This record gives sequence, C-alpha cells and structure tokens, in this order.
Amino acid sequence: MSARIYVPADSAALALGADAVAAAIVREAARRGVAIDLVRNGTRGLLYLEPLIEVETPAGRIGFGTVDDTDVASLFDAGFHHGESTHRLALGLVEQLPYLATQTRLTFARCGVTDPLSLADYEAHGGYRGLRRAVSMSGADIVAAVTASGLRGRGGAAFPTGIKWNTVLRAAGAQKYIVCNADEGDSGTFADRIVMESDPFVLIEGMTIAGLAVGASRGFIYVRSEYPHAIAALNHAIQTATRAGLLGPDVAGSGRAFTLDVRKGAGAYICGEETSLLESIEGKRGVVRAKPPLPALAGLFGQPTVINNVLSLASVPIILDQGAEYYRDFGMGRSRGTLPVQLAGNIKRGGLIELAFGVTLRAILYDYGGGSASGRPIKAVQVGGPLGAYLPESQWDTPLDYEAFAGLWAVLGHGGIVVHDDRADMAGLARYAMEFCAIESCGKCTPCRIGATRGVEVIDKIRAGAERPQQIILLRSLCDTMLNGSLCAMGGMTPYPVLSALNHFPQDFGQVAGDNIAA
Amino acid sequence: MNPADPSSAERVIGEILELHAHAGPLAQDLLLPVLHAIQDRLGFIPPAAVEGLSRSFNLSRAEVHGVITFYHYFKTTPPAHCTVQICRAEACQSMGGDALLAHASQALGCALHAHTADGGFALEPVYCLGQCATAPAIMINDAVHARVTPDRFDRLLAQATRAGEAA
Repeated sequence: MSARIYVPADSAALALGADAVAAAIVREAARRGVAIDLVRNGTRGLLYLEPLIEVETPAGRIGFGTVDDTDVASLFDAGFHHGESTHRLALGLVEQLPYLATQTRLTFARCGVTDPLSLADYEAHGGYRGLRRAVSMSGADIVAAVTASGLRGRGGAAFPTGIKWNTVLRAAGAQKYIVCNADEGDSGTFADRIVMESDPFVLIEGMTIAGLAVGASRGFIYVRSEYPHAIAALNHAIQTATRAGLLGPDVAGSGRAFTLDVRKGAGAYICGEETSLLESIEGKRGVVRAKPPLPALAGLFGQPTVINNVLSLASVPIILDQGAEYYRDFGMGRSRGTLPVQLAGNIKRGGLIELAFGVTLRAILYDYGGGSASGRPIKAVQVGGPLGAYLPESQWDTPLDYEAFAGLWAVLGHGGIVVHDDRADMAGLARYAMEFCAIESCGKCTPCRIGATRGVEVIDKIRAGAERPQQIILLRSLCDTMLNGSLCAMGGMTPYPVLSALNHFPQDFGQVAGDNIAA
Repeated sequence: MNPADPSSAERVIGEILELHAHAGPLAQDLLLPVLHAIQDRLGFIPPAAVEGLSRSFNLSRAEVHGVITFYHYFKTTPPAHCTVQICRAEACQSMGGDALLAHASQALGCALHAHTADGGFALEPVYCLGQCATAPAIMINDAVHARVTPDRFDRLLAQATRAGEAA
C-alpha cells in the first residue's frame, strides 16, 4: 500500500517552499522505490508550522513541520512515510495539537483536511448538504434561518447578514445579484484567502444558497490581484461545480439558475469598501458611492444586491446544514457563532484560530500565540486591520465580542490581530496609518483625501518636536473631522489607529504619560 | 513579439477585444478584465491603446484613462525584467519590514518606486500579500516569499538574476 502524504499548496506554504518540498518527496520516493500518493491539501491554518506536511496512518494524520526540501531525505530515513514519528520535525497527530484541538472549526472544518479542488472530497466531508437542504426551502425560510443563526458580517462591519438578505429578498428588481467581497486588503488578515485557496467550494455553496434565498441568479466574486492562487482555485472550483450541475441553469435540480464569475481587482485597497467594489465590477474607477441608496436596494448595475464578505458567505452552508440553533449556540452576547481569529505580525505561533466569540485577547496572544516571535515583551496589538485601534496591555483581557471592543473605542472587525513588540514606534505607526489613507483614498470626500495628507504632516511635526502641544490639538481636531465627515470607513476610521496610538502611548509622541490625553 | 512595438501591441489588443466581444457589444464591466488581459500579455497598458479602447467600449478617452490610472496594479510603461515588491503593511513592519526594504534597496542599488540603472529590476511597495503570520513577505515577479530575512532575500535575488540571465 502506498503512503499517502499531504503537502499543502496554499500560498502561505508555497511562499515557504512547499513546492520544493513536494518535488523533493516525489524525487526521493522514486529514488528509494517507495510508492506514495501525494495530495496537495490546503492549509490547516497552523501557519507557524508551514510547510506542514502530513502522513496518513491508521491512527490519524501525523504532522511534520516546518519542513524544508533539505529535510526530505532524512524524513525518509526516519521512516516518516510509514508513519514513524521519530524525526526531529515530528509533531504527532495533527488533530491533537492543542493549537488545533482546542479550536471550534465550523467555517474552516475542511481546511487542510481535504484536497481543495476535489468536489468528491468536499462532499465526503459534509459539503453541499447545506445547499441540498436549501433547495427544498423557500427563500424566506432560508433568510429566516440565517437571521436566526445570529450571523453578522465577518468583513468587519458586523451587520446582521439575515437582515441584509431580507432587504434584498423583499426588494423588487429584474436581476438581483450576489457579490462576494474577497478584496482582503487588510494587513493581518488571511482568512478569506485560506477559504478561497483551501476550501473554495464552501464559498461557492454559500453564494449559491444566498442566490436561492433572495432570488438572485448571478454572482460575482471580486478577488484582489495580489491573490492569484485564490483566483485560480475559485475558477477551477466554479468549473467543477458547473459541470456537476451545482451551478448553472438548474442548480442541484432546483429548477433555479445561479452562475458565478470571478472578477480580479487591480491593487486598490479602497475596493474593499462595498460601494467602491461595485463600481469596480462595473468597470469604473473604484470611487465610493454615497449611501443611501443601500446596495441591498440599488447595488450592482443599480439592482438589488447582496454584498457579503467571504467568511460571512462561507459560514452559511453549515448554518443550513446543522441548523440556525447549532450555530447560534456558540458565542456570547450578540456575537454569535465563531470568529476566525487571524494572529499575525510579531508572534511566535501565528495562524488561523477559529473560536466561539468570548475568548480574551490575552489568551489568543499567549495560549495560542506563545508571545512575541522576537521574545521581547508585546507592546501593542492592532485588531481589525489598518483601520482598527491599537490596544495596550491593559485592554488585553477584553473578550472577543463586537460590543466589548466597541465599548473600548476599538474594533473587533474581521478578527485580524497584528502584534508589535516593545521596539514598535507608535508615532511611526500612526503616521503610517495616515500615509496609507493618503495613498489609498479614492479621493471623493475631502476629509479623507486632504485630511490624510495633512495628518502625515502634522504627525511629522509632532515627531520633530515642533510646537508639539499645538500640533497634538490639531491632530485631534483633524481626526474629529475625518471621523465625522468622511464618506466611508477609509477616512472615517483611520483616526482609530492614530488616536489609540496617541492616547495609549503618548510617550512615543514625545508626551509625558497622562499629559493631555483627554480626547 | 516585442510589447514595446506599437503595431504588435495593437494586434494583441485587437485579439483580446475580439475574444471578449464574442457575446455581443463590449459592456463597461468588461473593461477591467480587458485591461488585465492586455497587461498579462504585454506587461503594461500602452497609452496609445486608450483611444482604441474608448471606441470599443463607447467611452470617452478620459474615462478609460481614468480607470487605468485609478488602479495601482495597472502599469503604463514597460515593466522591468524583474519586479521586486516588498510588503509595507503593519504585520510585515512588525517583523522587520523596514530593515528588509532598506536591505533590498541597497542590494539592488535602487530606491523604492525606481528601476535599477540597467532597467533590469524595479523595487515597488505592496500593501499586504496575505502572509501576515509568516512575515515579512515579498513578491518577485509572480512568486510570493515569506519569512524573508536579508540573507534569504539575497539568495532569492541571486536566483532571480540567474533566471533573468538564462532568459
């Protein structure tokens, strides 16, 4: 019997040499006359171990990581292909690693387990059960199930998904659309990418269910150009699903149509904003639209449109399959279900950690993350992407819950966490936030277009020590204008990292702690 | 084919438009896919193409130019043989991205947003490659690399240089 060996083909593993490892395994197996069955799986999300290769044994899959192509000969010497786990890189049974075993994998249940491009593998692991149930339900019942699950938009804004869908369901329109926002441009986030590369069918299934729910027959997935592997995986999976009758004129025998197209972004961060994304799909400059009208009523091509993040849509199949109550019973308060935490930056064990809402930031940083990668004290963590606040240690006992973060004037957002050690210059990071806003502003509204540039200048003056107290007052005033006067979150939330850095780390701005920190 | 040669570029763009027009007149939502196809083939979007595109899409030249210039990804000049992109976002900064950029700039002998003197290499910023848990990340042409130390950068650059010489 040949040994089944898994080498991930997710871009995180590829960026660390997984293809070279796979090639070395094939070469070494041939040289030794060992029969192997090489599977290119997705990532388990244990990114600190990538490339993490696995060997199937009767007891389960044994992991080895981080593997370099130069380790392969010694792995064969140690009999890894027979399931021996004596090699120095052996990790034991992957599913018993505490990092993974303590997670609640709902949306990411198949990631790393299956061959992402195999429909048979997907279906053998519970795939398309949600759609088959949805096919027998009315649109209103599907929407009711999503509403009852308590699912809120995982892209950051946390708007209740069912309420959005209900608006589209009830809207009149000749052609409704489902649009997936896969323009995952925030630093510290990679969960969308992992879904698309490691389990693309779950997104396709979720979008198809959304189409049945609201009566939309066309869908678009807008993926950023920086994600070529995700685009390739989605296109491949869409073709496969279409051939299998799970997309097309008669979805799963329902008599209803749903077709999907992938659209590639072009390096504009702002296109992650939903109305800018719609403009971009329409072939225009990605300039933000004023709301109202809501995209739910007048979205893509002016038609009623569901626009959701990858993770929101990818969470729908399990809600339909297991029932709204099953999903709703995870979590705390009004944050129901699971949050795929993305732990990144200066952290020893970075990766994807899917957990029910309610765990504290400190548990994530230390129990999962193991502290900083540099071994130095952690100084600040930015949660929720480049537009999220920096949190100092005094706030790390906050549970991961949308409302708890909002209460701190912070953002849980999509659950991306970027860790900085004590060498971080918070004034420099605040400047970067303004600079990034200036580079990526669509230019439509003045507070964002001009404010970000002025913000860089003001912070430069503060850092240079020129009229510091006055400049700090100016910076706060500028942030107030951006917060309250911007058209979208780009300008409207850039003050979060800036002011949180200033408030919690005044010494980095040349201020004495406690001096003039009242906003 | 020489992408800088106007007549061959024109022919390629004509082929792309024909390919996209098979289902009827070109709707504006196909403009980005067409621009991507042109850049995939030529490496950039020649400014001379704007007029033909505006006719094909029934848009003004200003509209087509406006779309091309809005998106950072679209280039309007021929690219360097090898483009090195260094991630500038927060997660990579937290893992020494600034020092890596300084190292890359010195190793290549060119500044950010510039080409090397021989035009062989370009150094550009990129904002997030989705490798934030294994930072810092860079991209050399189409290949992403993570956990890039200055030493690893030098090895990757040497590989890219050899590949360039072979081609």
